[in-house]
Amino acid sequence: MSTTIVSLPDQSTARIPKMNFISKEKGLLSWLLTGDHKRIAMLYLVSITFFFFIGGALAGLIRLELLTPQSDLMATDTYNKVFTMHGIIMIFFFLVPSVPATLGNFFIPMMIGAKDLALPKINLLSWYLYMAAGTLGLYTMMTGGVDTGWTFTTPLSTHYVNTNVLTTGIAVFIAGFSSIFTGLNFIVTIHKMRAPGMTWFRLPLFVWSNYAASILMVLGTPVLAIAIVLVALERTIGIGVFDPTKGGDPLLFQHLFWFYSHPAVYIMILPGMGVISETVSTFSRKRVFGYTAVAFSSVAIAVFGFFVWAHHMFIMGISNYSTLIFSLLTMLVAVPSAIKIFNWSFTLYKGSITFETPMMYTFGFMGLFTIGGLTGVFLGTSGTDIHLTETYFIVAHFHFVMVGGMLMAFLAGVHYWWPKMTGRMYPEKISQLAALITFIGFNFTFFPQFILGTLGMPRRYASYPPEFQILNVFSTAGATILGLGYLLPILYLTWSLKYGEIAGNNPWQATGLEWQTQSPPLTENFPEIPIMDHEAYDYEWLDGQKEKEVASVG
Amino acid sequence: MEAVETHQHAHPPYQRHHFETYAQQNDATNFAMWLFLLTEIMFFGGLFTAYLIYRNWYYPAFVSGSHQLNIPLGGLNTLLLITSSFTMAMGVWCAEMRKKGALVLCLILTFVLGTGFLVVKTFEYKEKIEKHHVPGFHYSLQSFLAPETDEAATAAHDKALPLDMARHTEVYFSLYFAMTGMHAMHMIIGVAILAFMIVRAQAGAYTTGHVTFVENFGLYWHFVDIVWIFLFPLLYLISRH
Amino acid sequence: MSHISQVLWQFLVKWLTDFALYPPEASKIAPQMDALYFFMVLVSLIGLTIVILLVTSFSILYSKKRHPVAVQIEGSTLLEATWTIIPLGLFLIMFVWGALIYFRVYTPPANAMNIYVVGKQWMWKAEHPGGQHEINSLHVPTGQPVQLTLISQDVFHSFSIPAFRVKREAIPGRYTTVWFEATTPGTYHLFCTQYCGTEHSHMIGDIVVMTPDDFKKWLASSTSGASLAQNGERLFASLSCAACHNTRPDARGPNLVNVYGTKLALSSGGSVLADDAYLREAILNPLQHLTQGYAPIMPTYQGQVSEEGVIALVEYIKNLNSDYRVQQTTNTTELLPESVGSPQRPAPAEKKSAGQGMVKQ
Repeated sequence: MSTTIVSLPDQSTARIPKMNFISKEKGLLSWLLTGDHKRIAMLYLVSITFFFFIGGALAGLIRLELLTPQSDLMATDTYNKVFTMHGIIMIFFFLVPSVPATLGNFFIPMMIGAKDLALPKINLLSWYLYMAAGTLGLYTMMTGGVDTGWTFTTPLSTHYVNTNVLTTGIAVFIAGFSSIFTGLNFIVTIHKMRAPGMTWFRLPLFVWSNYAASILMVLGTPVLAIAIVLVALERTIGIGVFDPTKGGDPLLFQHLFWFYSHPAVYIMILPGMGVISETVSTFSRKRVFGYTAVAFSSVAIAVFGFFVWAHHMFIMGISNYSTLIFSLLTMLVAVPSAIKIFNWSFTLYKGSITFETPMMYTFGFMGLFTIGGLTGVFLGTSGTDIHLTETYFIVAHFHFVMVGGMLMAFLAGVHYWWPKMTGRMYPEKISQLAALITFIGFNFTFFPQFILGTLGMPRRYASYPPEFQILNVFSTAGATILGLGYLLPILYLTWSLKYGEIAGNNPWQATGLEWQTQSPPLTENFPEIPIMDHEAYDYEWLDGQKEKEVASVG
Repeated sequence: MEAVETHQHAHPPYQRHHFETYAQQNDATNFAMWLFLLTEIMFFGGLFTAYLIYRNWYYPAFVSGSHQLNIPLGGLNTLLLITSSFTMAMGVWCAEMRKKGALVLCLILTFVLGTGFLVVKTFEYKEKIEKHHVPGFHYSLQSFLAPETDEAATAAHDKALPLDMARHTEVYFSLYFAMTGMHAMHMIIGVAILAFMIVRAQAGAYTTGHVTFVENFGLYWHFVDIVWIFLFPLLYLISRH
Repeated sequence: MSHISQVLWQFLVKWLTDFALYPPEASKIAPQMDALYFFMVLVSLIGLTIVILLVTSFSILYSKKRHPVAVQIEGSTLLEATWTIIPLGLFLIMFVWGALIYFRVYTPPANAMNIYVVGKQWMWKAEHPGGQHEINSLHVPTGQPVQLTLISQDVFHSFSIPAFRVKREAIPGRYTTVWFEATTPGTYHLFCTQYCGTEHSHMIGDIVVMTPDDFKKWLASSTSGASLAQNGERLFASLSCAACHNTRPDARGPNLVNVYGTKLALSSGGSVLADDAYLREAILNPLQHLTQGYAPIMPTYQGQVSEEGVIALVEYIKNLNSDYRVQQTTNTTELLPESVGSPQRPAPAEKKSAGQGMVKQ
């Protein structure tokens, strides 16, 4: 077939290599007490998928309720709990760890030519902290839930609700430490464990993106931790830091909260952008256009991302001059993302493009992230923010960047690296269909919400004026399609574990050190540490390698 | 090629397999510790920010509040911690010099000094509880509205605060308990790890050339000490020149 | 038409007439904001089209079938500069334009008519200076700048009028303001847009815009008797403010006649403009805002007077331009039971007798 670059070994004689990281040791304990970054990545993959579906079910409930203008499916209190838990689970238990903890954990050591991350035990601890936090979060959901919104706005969360704010806060606190330790591990690994010859500018862009995200994780998350501690203290013993009647200031909480939560969105998107760099290069057979620009733009997003937090507070009573400064900085942080989109587009120029599933998700990302990012500028512009903030415009904006952007990138990455992680290919036709269904469903779900927001429909409303119904019905219809699109990969990916074609070392004929080893990889990744003597995305080197390629051990 | 675990080069037993050299392992774990301390700085940073803002707004309340703290005890604590940092640094040196007995001694001294700090802190907290200066638990404005009824306030020649400013002392004490409490928690964790280390040191784990654990813990201990060096003047010495 | 079923036809007609992409423009700022919004939509559409065109055309032109061998290209500094500078330039234009609108919305003109709005779980209470109270609705005239002074009694709320394109958070502990000038009579949505608890979605109401004549008629018919300032005067007397704030030469507190809008020298050094926020703060946290030359003896009224009470007091002080009635209230104060002994002794601040001091509503 000339319209694909997939190159699989002869299926009649190919076998999964007998010795690999999965077969090395057997038994539940060998997985639960592992130090192997690849096994930990698989543990994370299973857990975050689990939490994704819980968050997704909650989203389904939200859309069902919003089919009608009245609050008739569930009590208003219940609806408030549903959207709160949807936000908390999706952000803290899915989006933040998604690419870093699964794909990052698995591939960063391999991409830099190391045998593992620097601190394997801390890596395992990260997963246990994540599971503890997630379990606690589920427990709070089942024992009454929490209804403050994922933003825990004070004084609502400190004095005016009697739901499980404290336990949820603790769950998020613990999840934060899981995130900090993952980021810490990545930074140390990338600094100290690169193979000989692997200079910074020979690193795959996936590593650069995760590095930038790790800086944000390490520096930003502790501030969230302290904000939660203060809310907990205020709620339990009434210390008064956020209480105006005791001399405190509720706006202080907003500053502390958004100081983390804005960098958090970059923690969520940067690793996804890293995936896109990899897939767009592989499926155009070309090095990424403007490697240096893309690498530096990741770092620029991370740095600028720390200085824009108050754009979430333009109408909250900060001074006009603060607004001016933060709006200006927000414009600056938008530019590196635009640079990336254009660089990826131009990677296609004079390439040799094929349209396998990861590439389809990549195209979806580029279109949807562009829309999401541009609508962010609508919100960063202080004048229009007045009308659009706190409406469904914001909801549409962040779902476009997070779901249309990040989730698509995550799926692109999972499909791209699935053959490497499992040794098996997924079925191509149904996966392309799923990608298409997801794209269509997504647009139907979230594009009407931009219009709803411009019309003024506020967010977090269980009931709404009847004239907004038609758009809401469209949105729910789309959500049904979207749900189907997300369900399919679970089915066919699981199927492929047993029945998928054997992938071999390098089914995509990609560059990158991870593709020069067997699939699934050995526990120690490389029998010997490789010496890096070529640039990143060096397809000419790859052609030379093909002549020397040795088949993997049967 | 079989992936058999042949040791093609000799390496000490305490070098983990994913590192190429012991130096790389040391380098990496050391860097990781510094990075972790950076996150701790960001963590305490939030509290320091809140402190700065409220001290700026409610200075008289902060002054009166700080007069309720026992400076001699705080000073003693500072001395205990600085000394413990010294004994800890000595411990690291002993580990590097492979002097097991001296190392164990230094660790025990650090442990004792750290525990001493916590004991003094317990006394201080107890006093605050007795005087009803704990926010949220029958917090009393008596000492600030009528300083003549309060020993510490009289000794500091405090004037009576008006009611609204007196109420703001609760913010001061919230920050006092949040900051010293957070710090004490880090001390408790440190002391617990020290206990573990004493046992391991006695077994000779740190005197065979592998001192990373002791070194990195030393970093942590010094950090906790430095945080206190900031807390002491900010909380105790507000108006003392 | 007969081929289309009646039901479908009705649905189509309804859809086309009711389907709008943006709310009605009912204020002076609305078209200005919409202009910027549509500029941004245009730029976004162009940007998106460019990206889609690039991706689609490259995918077709350089698909593997058509272009089997990829050409390795490092990059192009010129292109990088282009797509850095042009987006930055466009974003900066939006920034400046948006900032101008933002400043316009949050800088009320001097002749704006002030209406106080108190948000609480889960209703909006609007108070016109003439004493008209509204719950979950707000009547305003066309052609007159209206300033809203907002505050919350409990949690964060947000007062949003999509048709006017204005929105402002109502925060506990501090006034916030926003202003608008309505242009088209009609009834428009009022929403609370900051999540505030169980009944957040029901904290909605109507903004009723009337012609100036109709508005005058409405004002006349809906007054509850006393204006805000009159209520404030009543409170001023019952809280014994005049015991210190009178015009006697030995008065312990500054004279409040005509104080609104002047620059006051503070005892902490520096000066402050005596606006609404200052007056509120001076009542609730007097010692931070002490006027120079006066002793720090004013007690705080935090906890003794509700936000509506504070609003009434502020309105009263704003309109205070003669000391005649102050004298009157001073005399009245002396007759009140709590001024035991000489009129020099102020009523103790912590007194909580049922009727007189407490005006919680």
